[in-house]
Amino acid sequence: MMNTSKNSNNILVIENLTKIYHSKDGETLAIKDLNLNIKEGEFVAIVGPSGCGKSTLLSILCNLENKSAGNIAFPKKDLKLGYMLQEDTLFPWLTILDNSLLGLKVQKKLTKENEDKVIKLLEDYGLKDFIKKYPKNLSGGMRQRVALIRTLATDPDILLLDEAFSALDYQTRLAVSDDVWKIIKKEGKTTIMITHDIAEALTMADRVIVLTSRPSKVKKIYDIEMDDKTTPINNRKCKDFNKYYDMIWKDIDIHV
Amino acid sequence: MYSNEHKEYLKKRKKRKFLIILTQLLILIIFIVGWELLAKYEIINTFISSSPSKIISTIISLYKQGNLFKHIWITIYETLISFGLGTLIGIVIATILWWNNFIYKVVDPYLTVINSLPKVALGPIIIIFFGANMNSIIIMALLISVIVTIITVYNGFNETDQNKINLLKSFKASKWQIYKMVILPSSYPTIISSLKINISMSLIGIIMGEFLVSKEGIGYLIMYGSQVFNLNLVMSGIIILMLVSIIMYKVVSYIEKILIKHD
Ligand SMILES: Nc1ncnc2c1ncn2[C@@H]1O[C@H](COP(=O)(O)OP(=O)(O)O)[C@@H](O)[C@H]1O
Ligand SMILES: [Mg+2]
Repeated sequence: MMNTSKNSNNILVIENLTKIYHSKDGETLAIKDLNLNIKEGEFVAIVGPSGCGKSTLLSILCNLENKSAGNIAFPKKDLKLGYMLQEDTLFPWLTILDNSLLGLKVQKKLTKENEDKVIKLLEDYGLKDFIKKYPKNLSGGMRQRVALIRTLATDPDILLLDEAFSALDYQTRLAVSDDVWKIIKKEGKTTIMITHDIAEALTMADRVIVLTSRPSKVKKIYDIEMDDKTTPINNRKCKDFNKYYDMIWKDIDIHV
Repeated sequence: MYSNEHKEYLKKRKKRKFLIILTQLLILIIFIVGWELLAKYEIINTFISSSPSKIISTIISLYKQGNLFKHIWITIYETLISFGLGTLIGIVIATILWWNNFIYKVVDPYLTVINSLPKVALGPIIIIFFGANMNSIIIMALLISVIVTIITVYNGFNETDQNKINLLKSFKASKWQIYKMVILPSSYPTIISSLKINISMSLIGIIMGEFLVSKEGIGYLIMYGSQVFNLNLVMSGIIILMLVSIIMYKVVSYIEKILIKHD
């Protein structure tokens, strides 16, 4: 397993990652000896039972949490990460444009050129008329698109999506995940997406990683190969969809 | 264009609102006229109950002596200073407590104790420390308003959505950036609504202070009136105070309305 880290195609190499949470009531072993490689340009979905440590993994990658042991290597230099969460994290007191520029502002990279790029993104993805509006004027789906553009604005090398669509109702969710997938493919971003929705994972991703229940490590990896694969919504009708769905379902194996 | 049913609904609403205001006015008029009549026919003792006409003539004579607006102004001035300082100091201390959780944990029990202590009990000490002057009055009012502000604003800071903070952290924001870009703006409504509490708190503190030490102000008018057993003066002071407090509250509410425009 270790020799894969030599593979120059890897944009992220995780080795024996372990995370223990400490609180006054005791400790929680969230992740134990997790190994994972992510290749440049691929779309990876991570699924696993709820509470298994998926969010923890992303938090560690983003430096929001410290790891307890193991190694995280980004073979490329100066790699930037973009993080997108489930909750609607647009700031209600900022316009759509100012929301989209937030990351650039924080990183003190707000140039005229960058601003124009963001405006172009907003226009390209159907938000032209909302640039001066506030988040409350937008539907849930539009807000998630803005959140994605806000993340893309800082030009990250890897996108991390944590249950990015879970707060949306079913129908919006299908449409938005289709949109977001197209945007990501067009911008050519390496993506790690966390979800508890098996169908979402296998219709969007090139690879699906199944985690064990807590403490999580990698249980299985599926390369999703469907001949008639197109976009996420259409992929639900692929003939191999059910095959993958059943296999992953059994892997997650939730006892009720 | 609205449907007839909707017009009917709006009409009913308007009528109801009108009736409510009318009833409120009626109660006030009956109260004032009743009071005046009871006083006039000496059914109640005007020496201890005063009467509306006497209150009005007392206020007019205060005005003629050139004292009315002086007393009102002193009270408003003191209230505004304690209100301004209380808000400012409250926000600064809340910020320090948010910035450093260790300091918060250390200070927390002291804040609780000071907050639950009726501040008027500290009056005599404040007068001994700072003298029988306007400073003591303002410090007393400040003590009342600042503690409440600290607690309200700190709680507001703490209720900030952790996801928004994490988002900024994922952009590698500094603590100052997090404070400026999310903590402060998302606590804005809390801070604004604490202004309304604060103006009332400050006025309470100022009147209390004026009772204890002052030679001027509305609180002084009421206190002096009671000492010389001039109930006309006491009642006039209360009426003026009522008007002043309503006006100040309305002004702050109006400012609040302007400041919270969107969302
Ligand atoms: N800050 C924390 N302190 C203590 N325990 C935590 C903390 N965050 C998460 N956990 C625990 O770690 C485990 C994994 O959580 P999480 O990564 O959020 O799961 P998932 O995203 O897969 O649902 C859970 O049991 C959770 O209770
Ligand atoms: Mg999670």
